[in-house]
Amino acid sequence: MDQTANREEIAHAQPQGRAGFLRTHMREYGILIALVAIMAFFQFATGGILLRPVNLTNLILQNSYIVIMAVGMLLVIVSGHIDLSVGSVLGFVGALAAVMIVQWDMNFVVAAILCLAVGAAIGAAQGFWIAYYRIPSFIVTLAGMLVFKGLTLWLLAGQSVGPFPQAFQRIASGFVPDFLGGTDINLFSLVIGVAVACLLVYLALRARRQEQKRGIESEPLTAFTIKNALIFAALAYMSWLMASFRGLPNVFIVMALLIAVYSFVANRTTVGRRIYATGGNEKAAKLSGIRTERLVFLTFANMGMLAALAGLVFAARLNTATPKAGLGFELDVIAAVFIGGASMSGGVGTIVGAVIGAFIMGVMNNGMSILGIGIDYQQVIKGLVLLAAVIFDVYNKNRS
Amino acid sequence: MKVLSGVYPHGEYEGDIVYDGEVKRFSGIAGSERDGIIIIHQELALVPLLSIAENIFLGNECARAGVIDWRETNRRAGELLARVGLQEKPETKVMHLGLGKQQLVEIAKALSKEVRLLILDEPTSSLNEKDSDALLALLKQFRERGISSILISHKLNEVSKVADSITILRDGMAVSTHDCAAGPVPEDRVIRDMVGRPLSDRYPPRDPRIGETVMEVRGWSVHHPIDRSRKVVDDVSLVLRKGEVLGIAGLMGAGRTELAMSLFGQSYGSGIVGEALIHGRKADLSTVPRAIAAGLAYVTEDRKSYGLVLDQTIRRNVPLANLGAIANNGVVDKHREGEVAEDYRRRINIKSPSIEQQTVNLSGGNQQKVVLAKWLFADSDILILDEPTRGIDVGAKFEIYTIIRDLAASGKSIIVISSEMPELLGITDRLYVMSKGRFVGELPSNEATQEKIMSLIVKSGG
Repeated sequence: MDQTANREEIAHAQPQGRAGFLRTHMREYGILIALVAIMAFFQFATGGILLRPVNLTNLILQNSYIVIMAVGMLLVIVSGHIDLSVGSVLGFVGALAAVMIVQWDMNFVVAAILCLAVGAAIGAAQGFWIAYYRIPSFIVTLAGMLVFKGLTLWLLAGQSVGPFPQAFQRIASGFVPDFLGGTDINLFSLVIGVAVACLLVYLALRARRQEQKRGIESEPLTAFTIKNALIFAALAYMSWLMASFRGLPNVFIVMALLIAVYSFVANRTTVGRRIYATGGNEKAAKLSGIRTERLVFLTFANMGMLAALAGLVFAARLNTATPKAGLGFELDVIAAVFIGGASMSGGVGTIVGAVIGAFIMGVMNNGMSILGIGIDYQQVIKGLVLLAAVIFDVYNKNRS
Repeated sequence: MKVLSGVYPHGEYEGDIVYDGEVKRFSGIAGSERDGIIIIHQELALVPLLSIAENIFLGNECARAGVIDWRETNRRAGELLARVGLQEKPETKVMHLGLGKQQLVEIAKALSKEVRLLILDEPTSSLNEKDSDALLALLKQFRERGISSILISHKLNEVSKVADSITILRDGMAVSTHDCAAGPVPEDRVIRDMVGRPLSDRYPPRDPRIGETVMEVRGWSVHHPIDRSRKVVDDVSLVLRKGEVLGIAGLMGAGRTELAMSLFGQSYGSGIVGEALIHGRKADLSTVPRAIAAGLAYVTEDRKSYGLVLDQTIRRNVPLANLGAIANNGVVDKHREGEVAEDYRRRINIKSPSIEQQTVNLSGGNQQKVVLAKWLFADSDILILDEPTRGIDVGAKFEIYTIIRDLAASGKSIIVISSEMPELLGITDRLYVMSKGRFVGELPSNEATQEKIMSLIVKSGG
């Protein structure tokens, strides 16, 4: 029986040429194509408003905190867990920042660092029970969600607290100054954008050359060219658009750095490998000498810290801390990660996927609001998109 | 078999199924079951939290208008259990049964469906000898009652014990069919057909060069992780030498896996006492990373649950126990990783188109090779192999034996745990016999026989 099965498998797994490569990597392209298609649709439907510089900048600012949290959530979900408390933690840290900065007159840098530490401590506290006492993460973080929602109310005494000093607001609403002294557009931002786009293309080319040198199967030239041309064009165009408004937002830089660093950690480091292995098969990982408990603990601490960072950005953007901040954000974040191709059972998912997932949600929110679609329909449509993305995923997996 | 039982519906295969003189076209499992064809898979399909009776009638409940008649259910379940010779109450939860008894529950379930053709896929792969014999005897009883059985097995002695005719499949083709009525079919002949080449010896020839003592374990005792008063491993002491292949024989439940896992970073058990010396010095084996650092490796008996990250590729699985060796300052060198995986794929002949193959798609033998590759790359001095050839075909077994021999020849020390006694006798240098948590005997393998081992076990009351 084994031998028969073996032979079938080999026949199945034979590289099937170009079409085969595209099919097996359908997921990676699919999500990117979906984002482009959705953007194109709304660009057309809104009569070009979607990609106006003002709106594009706004879109990025609006979604920055979701993206920041999606990066952390991806690691949590890959490790086989979930964190429902991030919305409440975001609200709580925003409130804490407001109390420290506005009411106690604390220096905002010190306050921000304290807030990040508090976020990490909150994540660590939850991770402790999940990792070392094996309490299901769903329950621990559900409890955390209630606790921190309550503590936010208590901290703010049910009131909104604000406004923040100008310097703090700049975290969310500031822009990278133009060091190159452009007149009509922010030249520096444009240069950075194009430079990053060039760097990405260069890295892709180098990786491809090395793959070929070692005789590893790489994607077909056409797909490679189209993909990289698209990425380059999109980045260059976006930075031009933003440069012609006020330049790259500070948050955008923070976001880009986080995405780069966490992608690197997830793909290229031993820690990343171990997180994926833990989520894929915890028992096997453990018997391979991986300290799975410590990893889970750290992913939750990291998630808490990123939720705190998102809390600071959100508070700075609203310029006030309200008891309602962060309500329901956890669901948007989790949806983004699943749209981005992560698996509920752990072990599968990418940072870039989660970020694209977040932007798919963001573009839809933004586009539908411009079109004047009611919040009722918006929810329904978002729900259906999430379902469709996961169905597509499962269908693809079964077929291959 | 999947074609026959309707798992692959009509249209996905070529050819005809002729059953009771008619050409059948099954569109699904329900169709084949209606005709009395029932398959019992290697991996049992029972719900552990439900009772025996509930499992037997799952999907086929004794109910009127959707309301289950429990008295009738349990009564009929009791009858069926009597027929398969299982003495358990129908209300007992399946999770409390051993694998052998669970197998019987599966058969009772098949009987509840008016079975006329029973297909068993490797039914004895996880059973001990006694349970296997009982099962085979049951098949003989069925024959008398007019129920035909197809037994799919790698264990040749079982097949020749019960079969009326033997068909050998290799690479999806029926290679040969032998009629046992004409006289016993020689085992060599069967093996030759299975492997496709004459296999003069089932075990590779060996030339052991055994050196000094590498590991010594003294007074090792382990308690059950939940029931802490129960001793699972009781005062075990062992000596392992350089270049030696050491076997641990015993029946299922003798505590062999528990001994191995408790040595490997206390992955099993509670209240562990005793000491382990490696190269004459006391070794700290309290966590898995420490055990690995001390030079230990443990290849699990359950490769799917404990050995592999099934969703991931060969490339990702191989370096898992030694990620540091393919990384600089925590950054993985992908090319080095690829080279390592490719190297092992070639060296130990993992049959797959490339290292980018997900391990879930590999056959049992190749999965086992990936697990072995993982520990070979970890470069441990002492390898504990727990049932290294379970559920693997004859050809791959030979390859695994060869790997074990070569490892020992290169100076590694190996402990093999196996329930197949001929295998232990064929590949080890020395044997410990374990029964009920204790070592009850030590024999050089060339003096040991299956009878000697069994008598040691029986004398100990196991």
